[in-house]
Amino acid sequence: MFFQQLINGITLGSTYALIALGYTMVYGVLKLINFAHGEIYMFGAFVGMIMVTTFRLSIIPAFIISMLLSSLLGMGIEMIAYRPLRKSTRITALISAIGVSIFLQNLGILIMGPATRPFPRSIRSYYVNLGAIKIDILQIIILIVSIILMVALHLLVKNTKVGKAMRATALDKDAAYLMGINVNRIITITFAIGSALGAAAGVLIGLYFNSVSPLMGSMPGLKGFVAAVLGGIGNIPGAMLGGVILGVIETLGAAYISSAYRDAIAFAVLIIILLVKPSGIMGVNVREKV
Amino acid sequence: MFNAYYLQVLVVVGINTILALGLNLITGITGQLSLGHAAFMSIGAYTSAILSLKYQLPFAVVLLSGAFMAAFFGIILGFPTLRLSGDYLAITTLGFAEITKVVLLNMESAGKALGLAGIPQKANVYNVYVLVIVVVFALIRLINSRVGRAFQAIREDEIAAEATGIPITRYKIMAFAIGSFLAGLGGGLYAHYLTYINPTDFGFLKSIEILNMVVLGGMGSIPGSVLGALILTVVPEMLRFVQDYRMLFYGVVLIFLMIFRPNGLLGGVSLTKMLSTRKRRNLETNN
Repeated sequence: MFFQQLINGITLGSTYALIALGYTMVYGVLKLINFAHGEIYMFGAFVGMIMVTTFRLSIIPAFIISMLLSSLLGMGIEMIAYRPLRKSTRITALISAIGVSIFLQNLGILIMGPATRPFPRSIRSYYVNLGAIKIDILQIIILIVSIILMVALHLLVKNTKVGKAMRATALDKDAAYLMGINVNRIITITFAIGSALGAAAGVLIGLYFNSVSPLMGSMPGLKGFVAAVLGGIGNIPGAMLGGVILGVIETLGAAYISSAYRDAIAFAVLIIILLVKPSGIMGVNVREKV
Repeated sequence: MFNAYYLQVLVVVGINTILALGLNLITGITGQLSLGHAAFMSIGAYTSAILSLKYQLPFAVVLLSGAFMAAFFGIILGFPTLRLSGDYLAITTLGFAEITKVVLLNMESAGKALGLAGIPQKANVYNVYVLVIVVVFALIRLINSRVGRAFQAIREDEIAAEATGIPITRYKIMAFAIGSFLAGLGGGLYAHYLTYINPTDFGFLKSIEILNMVVLGGMGSIPGSVLGALILTVVPEMLRFVQDYRMLFYGVVLIFLMIFRPNGLLGGVSLTKMLSTRKRRNLETNN
């Protein structure tokens, strides 16, 4: 029972981690809480679903197309709603992000209708039996895909020129600009990558829970943000760790304490961790200079 | 002309004004971003509604009890969290709001997901607007007092404020408590006007709606908050003719307002303030 729940938690947590990465990367370069990220996740899930049902594609091309289209959406949002606000206060950009989120959610309701739709299970059912534990093949796939994406991201950020430019931009935008880095392009790339990861999480969750709806983004969006803060916002390994921890705690809490308090548990953990370590688990405590 | 519908919109404008003024004190004047204002509103609404329904106490008593209960929770939350800065505080308030909602959804005496119905309708256009006027005057007095100046000093620069001898945590908690008190008051009026409350009325979107009023009107400006509450209550009503597209428009309007009026409609209304903020803004953009 415990191990079964642990595996469920890790599966859920790895999708939270994918969402959290989008938040943390954008926060790293722009210091903006991109509230529209949950809606990009929703968009990704819908594109995946439409590709599988209407266009009769198999799941892998659907997955890739969903990531590509979502990264285009992410770049578009950045250009229209955030770029004109680069110089204004952070709360202004935050409200604009909330505006985008409300807009996309309601656009989804208008186009697709408010009802939940099934995501066809395009992977053959198969269960791995390990003694008392039964693991759905889908859980293994989610875990493997998440790990592949996270490793790829890690390599990109650590080893490529673009990654180096992203880290420089996150550290100091003006200095990066003076070093000849095209800061606007780097921000666009950051949005593209973050959105693609969010869409990946959307398709995986759509498959896993077998449903997509226009409102599916709001709660996982908030949880992804919580996971990012939990790990230390702006910190990429932190977001991964935060996502998995949140998923595990939430699942175990729902199983052993009360499933009605599922969402409350996630936020209670966040508050407790922030009180003990205000900069998150892996966050570096930056001392403010006068 | 002055039919029941207009009267209802007018009352809701008044209630929203009180809510926006409370958040303006926390976010606009003291500079602490809160994404959970609706939680304090719900605490006030539920406390007063339960007292009204179960014990039939007089309106003034239940209203004040709700407001004090909200302030009490504001202090409880403020003590540990106001040491956190910026986005961490924002996410903690958001978390607190979600927890409050889930607790209310599971609480027997709060009617669980069904909410509470049949609350006596005691709020009307007269007592709501008397309260609005009292709150506006009290806040103007507060802002121009020693405490109010301390709040603004904290917003401008926490470290400098601390260096001049302002106990920042204490003042932040004070601002949080007063803001929550007003949220609780607004919540009590809301419950006793609509006569029905439900935990989902006080979700994340409600907190955002109140924040939008503050930002739209201009952060830190009292006339701004009043104007913001007025516009963001009346415009969605006027958009009713587009029905399904209403929230879509709302989102677009928010984005465009932020792009074209990033400091709100009345950001820094008084002349002296306007000059000093312009100077500060120039300094900021040069950074």
